Amino acid sequence: MPALPASVPLSWYLILSAILFSLGVAGFLFRRNIITVFMSIELMLNAVNLSFVTFSYKLKQVDGHIFSFFVMVVAAAEAAVGLAIILTVFKNRQTLEIDEVSSLKN
Amino acid sequence: MPANAFPTSAEYLRFLPEIILTLGGVVIMLLEAVFTNDDQRKIFGPLSIVALFAALLASISAAGDPGAAFSNMLVIDGFASFFRALVIGIGVLAILGSTGYLRQERMPGGEYHALILFSILGQCVMVSANELIMIFIGLEISSIASYVLAGYLRDDPRNNESALKYFLLGSFATAFLLYGVAWIYGLTGSTNLDQIRGALQTSAAPLVMAGAAAAFMFVGFGFKISAAPFQIWAPDVYQGAPAPVSGFLSVGPKAAAFAILLRVFMTAFGPIADRWEPMVWGCALATMMVGNFAALQQSNIKRMLAYSSIAHAGYVLVAVTAHSETGSAAAMFYLAAYAFTNLGAFAVVTYFSRKGEKYVAIDDFAGLSQRQPAMAAMLTIFLLSLIGVPLTAGFFGKFYIFKAALDANLTWLTVLGLLNSAVAAYYYLRLLVVMYFKDPGDSVENLEPAGLSLQIAVYASAFGTLLLGIFPGWVLDIATKSALK
Repeated sequence: MPALPASVPLSWYLILSAILFSLGVAGFLFRRNIITVFMSIELMLNAVNLSFVTFSYKLKQVDGHIFSFFVMVVAAAEAAVGLAIILTVFKNRQTLEIDEVSSLKN
Repeated sequence: MPANAFPTSAEYLRFLPEIILTLGGVVIMLLEAVFTNDDQRKIFGPLSIVALFAALLASISAAGDPGAAFSNMLVIDGFASFFRALVIGIGVLAILGSTGYLRQERMPGGEYHALILFSILGQCVMVSANELIMIFIGLEISSIASYVLAGYLRDDPRNNESALKYFLLGSFATAFLLYGVAWIYGLTGSTNLDQIRGALQTSAAPLVMAGAAAAFMFVGFGFKISAAPFQIWAPDVYQGAPAPVSGFLSVGPKAAAFAILLRVFMTAFGPIADRWEPMVWGCALATMMVGNFAALQQSNIKRMLAYSSIAHAGYVLVAVTAHSETGSAAAMFYLAAYAFTNLGAFAVVTYFSRKGEKYVAIDDFAGLSQRQPAMAAMLTIFLLSLIGVPLTAGFFGKFYIFKAALDANLTWLTVLGLLNSAVAAYYYLRLLVVMYFKDPGDSVENLEPAGLSLQIAVYASAFGTLLLGIFPGWVLDIATKSALK
């Protein structure tokens, strides 16, 4: 059995972040429920936060931490507006399937 | 504690336009809660215009004392001042163009005006940002307000759909931007644009990764400027949003996004220009082609103008590809010219579409010249400027951009761009033909004259379009002086 490293290497965090980001992109592209699509975006933002904190730890600076706080704040503001928009869509159409919200065309 | 822990009064003066816009927006929202009837709500329009003019004065006076503010988070140089004045001017025209519309749709709320002010506040922060954190915050302040504006008439399913698409795709693109920012931070150890430039110059950072991070950031910006292949949202959003909002979205957030794209790619990513230039080259060409060829097939005027705005983003991207001082000045001139022209065009569309936006098909414009000759003449000026006919702003805009591209040895892109603008002439002229040579259908019956504020918006836009077309030197001088090096 190979010896485990004393602490988790930083590159693992970056790989995890890249995987989470890709999962978010895949969810955005392939899921059909608006709420799930919105959650996929939140997953992407969290992946970004993980990268920021990892880099911040590596560089021994606080800039990355501060950036990730701002990302959280903005994500909260975006969620407030986004859920309100999703609610009005649901009120007018009684559906949360993204394919059914496509009346705008030439 | 460092000596500069507290900002000096000069720094607050440089930031005064943003402070005024914030106060204006907050005051309007508080008054909205107090007011009980629609007569009182009439004050919101004039109030927001006063706030915008105060912010304009503050930004002009701040231009006289350029420098950094708040520990180098913001930099108020000529470039920032030019764009601050531009987006505030866009705000004035947007509010003038929407007063009548809001009354007609029975939604004369204060939120609308507050949201426009907040959106412009975000754009002001963006254009003066010298730090990726500020770029992100400014972009989001502007975007979140815009998402709500796109769905302002909340009982109209078209508005809902527009807001939903704008919101989902906008947040998706922001996530890409942020991922790029995270990697740039990790590679260079800084989020300050000048320090990133320094780190990339010494090439201590692995340049392949920096190029990939720049590409991620370009996805985020490319969405905001509706560059192909990230333009998918624009036709749906512009078609579904209220007409005055579409006009605002097609110029305000776009001008600010171009400003920040120019600043980031010319300042911070200047040392790796040979890596991103081919990417922007291809993107500029694709954007022009997609915009122009798709616009040919549109029968809805808002959708046609949306594709036209994609095509115009392509022309500005040609100037970004040149990434020279003349290219930067040409992009600034073009965005100013396009702002007047497109706001004017959308103001006429706002007037003509009438209650519930019933008349937005191109065929509905038949015979407009007989019923409303003045409005038809103004729309003609805007369309000619969008084509790029001499004596209008659009002509000199295109002229400077293609000249800058030739100076930067982008011969093929220039040739293809010129061919593209010839294609574009077709769909603008088709609208003119419908307007002047087709018999009026029943769609122009009972067309009431435009309200005063809408008329001011249309005539002011036409004046600006002609002024930039006949005396371009005045704005071009300012743009050249304040262009990025």
